[in-house]
Amino acid sequence: MKLLLPQPQEAYGPYKQALIALGKANPKVVVLGADLGVSTEIDGFKAEFPDRFFNVGAAEQNEIGIAAGLAFEGDIPFVHSFGVFLTRRAYEQVCVQVAMHRANVKLVGVIPGLTSRLGPTHQAIDDLALMRTLPSMTVIDPADATEITQLVPAIAEYDGPVYVRMMRREVPVLFDPQAYKFEIGKAVQLAGGKDVLLVTTGMMLSNTLKAAKALEDQGIRASVLHSPTVKPLDSQAILDLAATCKAVVTVENHLTAGGLGSAVAELLGDQLPLPLKRVGVADTFAAPGSPEYLFERYGLDATSIVNAAVASKMVR
Amino acid sequence: MLSNKERKFLEDTARRLRERIVEVTYSCGGTHIGGAMSQHELLIALYYKYLNIDPTNPRWPNRDRFVLSKGHGGVGHAVILADKGFFDTALLDDFNKTGSPFGMHLDWQTVPGVDVSTGSLGHGLPLALGMALGGRQQGLDYHVYCVMSDGELQEGSIWEAAMAASQFKATNLTAFVDRNKFSLDGPTESIMALEPLDKKFEAFGWRVLSIDGHDFDQICEAIETAQAEKEKPVIIIADTIKGKGIDFMENQAAWHYAGVDAAMRDKALESIRKMK
Ligand SMILES: Cc1ncc(C[n+]2csc(CCOP(=O)(O)OP(=O)(O)O)c2C)c(N)n1
Repeated sequence: MKLLLPQPQEAYGPYKQALIALGKANPKVVVLGADLGVSTEIDGFKAEFPDRFFNVGAAEQNEIGIAAGLAFEGDIPFVHSFGVFLTRRAYEQVCVQVAMHRANVKLVGVIPGLTSRLGPTHQAIDDLALMRTLPSMTVIDPADATEITQLVPAIAEYDGPVYVRMMRREVPVLFDPQAYKFEIGKAVQLAGGKDVLLVTTGMMLSNTLKAAKALEDQGIRASVLHSPTVKPLDSQAILDLAATCKAVVTVENHLTAGGLGSAVAELLGDQLPLPLKRVGVADTFAAPGSPEYLFERYGLDATSIVNAAVASKMVR
Repeated sequence: MLSNKERKFLEDTARRLRERIVEVTYSCGGTHIGGAMSQHELLIALYYKYLNIDPTNPRWPNRDRFVLSKGHGGVGHAVILADKGFFDTALLDDFNKTGSPFGMHLDWQTVPGVDVSTGSLGHGLPLALGMALGGRQQGLDYHVYCVMSDGELQEGSIWEAAMAASQFKATNLTAFVDRNKFSLDGPTESIMALEPLDKKFEAFGWRVLSIDGHDFDQICEAIETAQAEKEKPVIIIADTIKGKGIDFMENQAAWHYAGVDAAMRDKALESIRKMK
């Protein structure tokens, strides 16, 4: 079955719609915001369900605490801010109040990685790392609108803390909503070449698919595995596919430290040592700028993935 | 009391640089213009009358420190720093554009005259307090000024620093609240009420001065009172108007962050030129 649409399309605000739909389906869902209502696409839910909506003001630490308390009492809180503020700002609150208590809180941090135009205070390039190292936390980085639409009910169904990196406004539709089925903890294979395995998460899927095509033109056949769940990692899928390839490249809109690349490095180091290259932001805070510029400057574009794949094979 | 000449100089400067903020907002596609307009007179008074600084030596150890805790007001700060000569005004043409030294929030590494990078709310007051205590520690007699927004006061970190500032008697620290009564989502009092704000700071051990934040006589008198205070840290709660000076932006939450097209720019400039 073909999972990808023949041509990528675009959807507007899939999260906003999915949250309203979830609100209708599940009366236990409550929504918290921190003075970023429209920016986090929770205004639609607020209009439909004002009694299940809390704006705590610019107070992310308090927002987490209130959410955890609500979860203790049986609600399913969806908590919102820019990704940086939920993770960096409220980290200990997330650790102690949410993760240690396995509180059924869903953290939704918008504007992944270098897509923020507001500079380093607003670029969540470390959120996957911060959330991944918390025991009991599930970490999800969706690639497109289809995944967003499907993951919202899925994480509400799942009992436990979840962090999602959310895209907003114009979001590509890559997966065919009819054919695709999102499952927490499951990676999906999109190509099966035997030279190099490209493991990608989040919005990097688009560039990874472009890179796979460019590699093919150079006679390098790539496998592509999209891993929307960064934790728990779909270790079996990665190991199975890696075993058929000569090298592995990880691709993420995040620091090369701590996120998907680190998770895959740990897995391969433990079980299947292979040449590995990690595509992501090196050990630096990024400049402000347009996403296109930043992706090129910090090596997240398709060319950088191609170069990493070529280099990974050279290691052998 | 300001002399007429001094008052006119401050008002003319404020008007001239308001226009500059509008120009930058037009050329870069969008800024946090509402809050830049409300904070404006506070920054103008500090930079053009009080701050002991040397644009040719931005890191001069004895300089007064200025912390824009509401980092999204960076466009207003940048315009002033350029006018003071910290860098070439022409650089502002590239404000927040790819490759420029300026992001929407100013960065201490790329913008001369900026002591701390802000943009995430609630960081300025703790940093300013540390800088004030540091000055005291080293026997330097500079003063630290910190401008916060009102929505920012919803962050708990502000109140931890507020408690500590009075505990440590940081009288070389003066804080301002740009009390424009709006945060991002709407009015502060309907989202997460701050009032009675003066009583809150008093209870935290501060001397509170409440003023009209667009009136230079009141601003200057308050700053001089703060400089003379030797018992408590001083907070100046400045009653301001979000979008001040641009009639169609005033008190509109929608202008928290926005761009202007050529027609709006012209209307905004016209409105500013009509200010006293
Ligand atoms: C820690 C943190 N949370 C959220 C934001 C997003 N944000 C930017 S400005 C703002 C509030 C704006 O209102 P206010 O602080 O009163 O500023 P002003 O009205 O003076 O522009 C918010 C919530 C942020 N920059 N930092």
